Amino acid sequence: MVATTIDVVSRHDGDRTGGARKVTAALVLLLILVSITGLAIGAADTSLWSGLLAFVQGEELSVRDKIVLLHIRLPRLLTGVTVGAALATSGALLQGLFRNPLADPGIIGVSAGASFGAVCAIVLGTVLPFASALGMALLPIFAFAGAWSATLLLYGIATRQGRTSVATMLLAGIALSALTMALTGVLIYMADDAQMRDFTFWNMGSLSGANWSKLTIAAPVILVSLIVAQALASGLNSMALGEAAARHMGVSVQLVKRLTILCVAAATGVAVAISGGIGFVGIVVPHILRLLSGPDHRRLLLNSALLGACVLVLADVVARVIIAPAELPIGIITAILGGPFFLWILLRQRGVVDL
Amino acid sequence: MSLIAKEIDVVAGKKALLKAVSFKASAGKITAIVGPSGAGKSTLISALSGDVPYSGTVTLNDINIKGVTAPSLAQLRAVLAQATPLAFPFTVFEIVRLGVPADADINIVTRALHNVGLAGFEGQYYQSLSGGEQQRVQLARVLCQVWQPVKDGVPRWLFLDEPVSSLDIGQQLRVMQNARDFADRGGGVVVVMHDLNLTAMFADEVALIVGGELVIQETPAMALTSERLSAAYGCDVRVRTAPEIDFFVLPQMTRVS
Repeated sequence: MVATTIDVVSRHDGDRTGGARKVTAALVLLLILVSITGLAIGAADTSLWSGLLAFVQGEELSVRDKIVLLHIRLPRLLTGVTVGAALATSGALLQGLFRNPLADPGIIGVSAGASFGAVCAIVLGTVLPFASALGMALLPIFAFAGAWSATLLLYGIATRQGRTSVATMLLAGIALSALTMALTGVLIYMADDAQMRDFTFWNMGSLSGANWSKLTIAAPVILVSLIVAQALASGLNSMALGEAAARHMGVSVQLVKRLTILCVAAATGVAVAISGGIGFVGIVVPHILRLLSGPDHRRLLLNSALLGACVLVLADVVARVIIAPAELPIGIITAILGGPFFLWILLRQRGVVDL
Repeated sequence: MSLIAKEIDVVAGKKALLKAVSFKASAGKITAIVGPSGAGKSTLISALSGDVPYSGTVTLNDINIKGVTAPSLAQLRAVLAQATPLAFPFTVFEIVRLGVPADADINIVTRALHNVGLAGFEGQYYQSLSGGEQQRVQLARVLCQVWQPVKDGVPRWLFLDEPVSSLDIGQQLRVMQNARDFADRGGGVVVVMHDLNLTAMFADEVALIVGGELVIQETPAMALTSERLSAAYGCDVRVRTAPEIDFFVLPQMTRVS
């Protein structure tokens, strides 16, 4: 019965809801496969199968295997899933807000703000009186604060009389990025060798520092952001026709904009804090999905979260095995794969369909 | 039920775009706004839609629109802008569906497209269409938003800003016929027009705006006189009447010296 109803609804020519649903189903399957791979593969020779077999047969796992699976690979996998979902959804949200497929947390200065916050935590963390009390949460809190203040400052600059100018916001974002990067540079200049290495490695992006305590800070924040984002989907669809048209259709445009910015700052800030600068996921993932099943945000946001998760987990597997037992920063993998792929899309699309 | 705008002033920087314009439109009628380019026609329709800050009051069905939220206002009136930019590659169906309220039947998408002469266009990319086709897709979307001209005994409104500007004469008539039909079934239509003949054919009332001021609001035959139009447009305009049609307007050729 359910299947029949869906068929009736999607029979309209030009309605891609049915296709987007199939993409969702395929991505859920893909995420399961990729997750199993993520658990099964790694520098240690611990096999997921022997672990599962032991579990099914009621045998005790060896202490070493238990640590590898439950305390290294599983939190790392879940961190990849949440960070990937957060970055891809943030990209899709910003693109919807700016009505521009090239918008990305990296472009409007959200990531730069988060980055600056993180450097403050790394460099000044030892001298701040309350730093030791915050412990593990210090870096995420600072990065979130950085992303948050960058976004708020940007919003304050670009908004006049309750209306946000997208052009001003993009240009101000570029200026703010430059400024925060300069300030970050000043701090790095002041840093000692160890702090500088900490920062450099963090900045390249990696999931290697993943653990349960970081995950329990990040996952709830990101999950709430993704749920709120889903509620903004219809509003963002209408805003594709411009803010005025969206308002005419009954969208509370200012509310949608504020909540979108809030979601992006929260998700990006936390994601950057626990994994560093991982680029291209926010641009490439929503773009592929728009090509596959159209720009309807009601499906795009959900599918972006799923595909972003798959991409990041997969990239992390590559990062771990390619020069095992050492590992590459995941940001390098996403940039090496994402950069050319993105250029290829641009060239292929040129002149066919406007971005 | 009616739309009443009282003493509307709109200022941009130091320039007054509208000066104390009072304007009235009734449900069941097509009220056209005409005037030379830059006279303030679009500014007036923007003020009526709540898009530009204005002083004065606009009441729609006896409700002051300043105190009404976007979602409730959207149930009362739909607005067709002169140009609607689009950010992403949506299909025609997806664009028109944006106008369909949550409680409405999705099949009105097909019917609205049929009404504007775009039956079968559902699957095409919006960005691949011509300017005139895009304009009619937007009209179909706007029609879906207020599909029933009267709902729960309350008339609804269509605000159209130059809906026929890039259409051929057949499509112009088709679009204006949609507006006529909406008004005949009890809804209110406020439309900015450039074509005075089309205005004379379809409008029940005409508001002539020149230099940000309302010159007259009357029936087409009363409002559109040779003298008034010549003064408004700065060229020699002759209004001729013929027995089989109401009248037509001709600009007179004058040699530029």
